[in-house]
Amino acid sequence: MSTKFNVVGERLPRYDGADKVTGKAIFGSDVALPGMLYGYILRSPHAHARILSVDTSRAEALPGVYAVVTAADLPGEAKDAWHKYARDHTFASGKVLYVGHAVAAVAARTLTLAEQAARLIEVEYEVLPAVTDVLAAMQDDAPILHDDMRTQSLAGRGDKPSNVANHFQQLKGDPVRGFAEADVIVEREFHTATVHQGYIESHATAATWSDDGVLTIYTTTQGSFSFRDHLVWLLNLPMAKVRVIPTEVGGAFGGKNTSYLEVPAALLARKARRPVKITMPRPDVFLATGPSSGAVFRVKMGATRDGRITAAQAELCYAAGAYPSSPVGSAAGVMFGAYVIPNGQVDGYDVVTNGPRVSTYRAPGVTPANFAAETVIDELAEKLGLDPIEFRLRNHAKEGDERIDGGTHGSIGGIEVLKAAQACEHYSAPLTGPNRGRGVAHTYWGNWGGRSSCTLSVNGDGTVNLVTSSVDLSGTRTTIAMQAAEALELPPERIKPSVGDTDNTGYADVSAGSRTTYATGIAAIQAAKDVIAQMRARAAGLWDVPAESVTYAKGVFSAAPDLRFTFAELAEQVTGSGGSVSSIANVDAAEWGAGFSTQIADVEVDPETGKVTLLRYTVVQDVGQAVHPAMVEGQMQGGAVQGIGWALYEGYAYNEKGQMLNANFLDYKIPTALDVPMIETVIVEVPYPRHPFGVRGVGEPPIVPPPAAIANAIYRAINVRPDRLPMTPAHLLERMGVIGD
Amino acid sequence: MATVIIPPLMRDLTGGRDKVSVSGRTVAHVIEALDEIYAGAKARLCEGDHLVPGVAVSVDGVIARLGLRAPVKADSVLRFLPVIEGG
Repeated sequence: MSTKFNVVGERLPRYDGADKVTGKAIFGSDVALPGMLYGYILRSPHAHARILSVDTSRAEALPGVYAVVTAADLPGEAKDAWHKYARDHTFASGKVLYVGHAVAAVAARTLTLAEQAARLIEVEYEVLPAVTDVLAAMQDDAPILHDDMRTQSLAGRGDKPSNVANHFQQLKGDPVRGFAEADVIVEREFHTATVHQGYIESHATAATWSDDGVLTIYTTTQGSFSFRDHLVWLLNLPMAKVRVIPTEVGGAFGGKNTSYLEVPAALLARKARRPVKITMPRPDVFLATGPSSGAVFRVKMGATRDGRITAAQAELCYAAGAYPSSPVGSAAGVMFGAYVIPNGQVDGYDVVTNGPRVSTYRAPGVTPANFAAETVIDELAEKLGLDPIEFRLRNHAKEGDERIDGGTHGSIGGIEVLKAAQACEHYSAPLTGPNRGRGVAHTYWGNWGGRSSCTLSVNGDGTVNLVTSSVDLSGTRTTIAMQAAEALELPPERIKPSVGDTDNTGYADVSAGSRTTYATGIAAIQAAKDVIAQMRARAAGLWDVPAESVTYAKGVFSAAPDLRFTFAELAEQVTGSGGSVSSIANVDAAEWGAGFSTQIADVEVDPETGKVTLLRYTVVQDVGQAVHPAMVEGQMQGGAVQGIGWALYEGYAYNEKGQMLNANFLDYKIPTALDVPMIETVIVEVPYPRHPFGVRGVGEPPIVPPPAAIANAIYRAINVRPDRLPMTPAHLLERMGVIGD
Repeated sequence: MATVIIPPLMRDLTGGRDKVSVSGRTVAHVIEALDEIYAGAKARLCEGDHLVPGVAVSVDGVIARLGLRAPVKADSVLRFLPVIEGG
């Protein structure tokens, strides 16, 4: 524990822990409302097809069916292309663009009846050629998903239909000159698969309307306000007529930033005039929610003999799925961001394909880009005869250095992280035996600040209710309450934190971008300071002394030796004289501290089967100030395990018709405790100066380095460099020449 | 005057210049002023009363949530960047 804090830095029990381990926590699928119906969504069996007709009459005639809705039930007309994408993403109109695309929804007395009714809906399709591969989708003769889509870029709008929705370019210095100055150049191409966030809790939503037209939604979400705004946008309702109540969340990782079931449930409930709940079956989670992009990278880097990077160039092609907005922008801004690169060019392409529209996933887009960049950096270090961490240190960015994307680094701890990795016991531990190797990789991730709100209300016994609008995905009500307790100079058990909804809290952005402990923590600290100021004024009134003469320290207000109240004593007094004390703080954190993580992997590769066994794994990360070290370690371990899944196991498999072949957890393998060793953690604390306690975001950086760290370890084990994710046994056997391509 | 870092794909409009100084009290004003010097700049950056989809603007290193309505100081530096999201 850090000595400068009383609460921050402690490993406390989670406030939400007891309810979650005893099964009392209410998740989306637990919601039950009086008279509630069950919803089911009919989805497309085709990856690309024109809808010729939809006949719902037989479904509507089935006894026990209360409502059937389709795209025709969405109010009004599309206002622009993006509004049309959002409407069509809810219910297909005109064409279906992926297997699993929603076509209609049914509400019935039971789920079985709803499913039975959905099968009675007759949809006539004209099947069209489909394209799921990003490079194939970029070809001139590719099937076109959107006839009106032209490539958008700052060079102008394209003049013919294309699946390339957007092209951007970042440029720094003169890459041609930079490569001419290089003594060593490495150029490689990488292909990475589409992967899913793999949250264990499926999507579940319940909708109900009041007689005066107020819609209430209970749902599993990362952002109650962003979901409210989505409902307002698509249902054309006033904001005050929509209330979103977030339930507990059983995993999200970016996948619950996007609304899928809320509009269908609302339309069904309005038509049926009864509450409707929809719970998404697991295959639909794979087919119809947003995974991360499959991508292709072409990366070229050059360096001098003394180990200085002179130039970097990359082309990133990201599959967006059915509608634009892949995370290629994040990937481009981050992939070389840890290093000082005097000359660089990054071109990014956002490409629509016949797959589910991608969504955010923990450091969106960056994990595969880091695999490409850090594999090339490792190869450069090898060709230069340098230790891979030493090479990275020679080129690492410091505060004030400009990135290729034009941004400038603020206070960062990347060098401290690399040095901690270099010094840790794992990095120098002997690794012996055949077909074994050790690899490292390093990443920068920007994190986020954004809008948050926190309300504190003092109770008569000196306890304090804390309500935030930030959905708690990972224990943030604990880390926010700990910051409030620290600022209030009270024991943490005196704080009672909870998550509010859109009717009773101030606005908050989604709980994403590793921002919640940081930004909502600032709001809690500000509200705490205001509470103390109000309490000092109340004490001054009771004692008839000037407010500025009242001091507060360690839970005690005093103005003289005989004028003294504990926080609880004053709380009891003020609730009886002048009403309660409460404060709401709203922040818009425009600046925030970046995160860095270095990871070390030891592997053994079976040369006959290509199976990779992880022998040892260490995550080193700068977290600013660890508010709750045990939860920080949990984030580091959990992120690394997700990255290990991305590295070795996970990937959507499609057939030639664009149908996903592994839409379940039997065929889509994610790592379990049997697949990974104990993930060792090294917390580095370089406080971020713009947070009162030095906090930085923690959740996203650890997912990024595993594929590159493991790929670099595999190279040292078997002398071949993987260039695909996942690095399956088949891929490694191909690279070893044991089997053909 | 504010400094606009010209995105590489727009430098065909500016004859290769990577920085341009223009006046304006908001991002919209700056783009209008840029368009007066380099015709076509506004059409590249704006769609209706918004920035084109996928593009964000930073003013003095901070992403401007207000987009075109964001205030600009006399010595501000503006950059146009791809939108970035967290997960």
